[in-house]
Amino acid sequence: MSALVYFSSASNNTHRFVEKLGLPAQRIPLRPAEPFLHVTEPYVLVVPTYGGGNEGGAVPRQVVRFLNDAANRALIRGVVAAGNTNFGEAYCIAGDIVAAKCRVPYLYGFELMGTNEDVQRVREGLERFWQRQSLISA
Amino acid sequence: MSPTGKLKLVDRVSAINWNRLHDEKDLEVWDRLVGNFWLPEKVPVSNDIQSWATLTEAEKTMTTRVFTGLTLLDTIQGTVGAVSLIPDALTPHEEAVYTNIAFMESVHAKSYSSIFSTLISTKEIDEAFRWSEENPNLQRKAEIVLNYYRGDEPLKRKVASTMLESFLFYSGFYAPMYWASRAKLTNTADLIRLIIRDEAVHGYYIGYKFQKGLELISPAERAELKDYTFELLFELYDNEVEYTQDLYDELGLTEDVKKFLRYNANKALMNLGYEALFPRDETDVNPAILSALSPNADENHDFFSGSGSSYVIGKAVNTEDEDWEF
Repeated sequence: MSALVYFSSASNNTHRFVEKLGLPAQRIPLRPAEPFLHVTEPYVLVVPTYGGGNEGGAVPRQVVRFLNDAANRALIRGVVAAGNTNFGEAYCIAGDIVAAKCRVPYLYGFELMGTNEDVQRVREGLERFWQRQSLISA
Repeated sequence: MSPTGKLKLVDRVSAINWNRLHDEKDLEVWDRLVGNFWLPEKVPVSNDIQSWATLTEAEKTMTTRVFTGLTLLDTIQGTVGAVSLIPDALTPHEEAVYTNIAFMESVHAKSYSSIFSTLISTKEIDEAFRWSEENPNLQRKAEIVLNYYRGDEPLKRKVASTMLESFLFYSGFYAPMYWASRAKLTNTADLIRLIIRDEAVHGYYIGYKFQKGLELISPAERAELKDYTFELLFELYDNEVEYTQDLYDELGLTEDVKKFLRYNANKALMNLGYEALFPRDETDVNPAILSALSPNADENHDFFSGSGSSYVIGKAVNTEDEDWEF
């Protein structure tokens, strides 16, 4: 059990990070016209932080829509966030927001598409994370 | 304007229709830039006058020179760089975003003047500008980038522009973050953080458009552009190191600044869709500087490396849909 759900805009930064992880992953659709994603097993969410300005909207609206679905929301176990330190206090804030809202741990933050070290840390961290999860639920 | 004297403009202009987008990223970035709009008059830099007086002469000189260098880069980006990207735009909305970027760069350039006029005398300002006119490494940096802006290769222009937005500013941005980490010139640092935030969106967007451009060319051309990008990065990096020595050697900060340079060079590459180049142990930015930039960028964001004692497990989630107000 090591499912990931992620969102990535047309920039594909988060997509590249998830690709490098090489773990099973489902992508939240970019456009409303695409079929809605319903998940059926526990997952860790990988989410980019948008903008980081005066505006709010740090969590992409597609991710909000996905999490507004009660069945999807019930299966989230943790969140990994992407961002840019240039946004100061808003760096990776999508991770804080989702963690607080869904009451799951904010596992890791990385910048843009992530470095190789980020990929390695998250891959190893997720393995341990899911092991512990299976112990707890057993 | 190009050295041959011929002004390059877009070939054809159609009335822009924001209700019919070719690339949704254009509207997303436009909205973000407009939402982030600010003016230097809103930041109370005059509250830094007392703090400025506590700096040594060498510290004042370094800081003033840093700001003249940043002024030069923002002037280039406002009057040449962002404008030179307009004729290459793939969509009319992309053109509009570049006009926004160009204007904000002019706001940034003006901000430094408002810092100067608040903190130092006209004579000192003139001396600092003279230094920047005569510093070969600063001039060389400007010349390298300007050459690409004048050339006729749209994708190389975007590479150079992303390098400027995401890499070349940071030898200068280090200084206000350094002062902020020591609780000095904190209002000036607040102003610079607004500039840093804008440059992140600019670098992200221009880098994204570069990648869209790569989709339209052959694999051989893509490979050539990748080689070119890394060559340019090394050329600029070597020059940045010398420029950094000119500014910071006297205060013993050069090695610290160089880590910040490499950290940001990696981010410039990522904005262009390439892997980071410099390894972690060469980009481990001084935590005080990183924290002045982003108070959230600490190790607390690596839950995995913790002992697990504070393990929080997601209970069944009971939030209502209307709770999702960000």
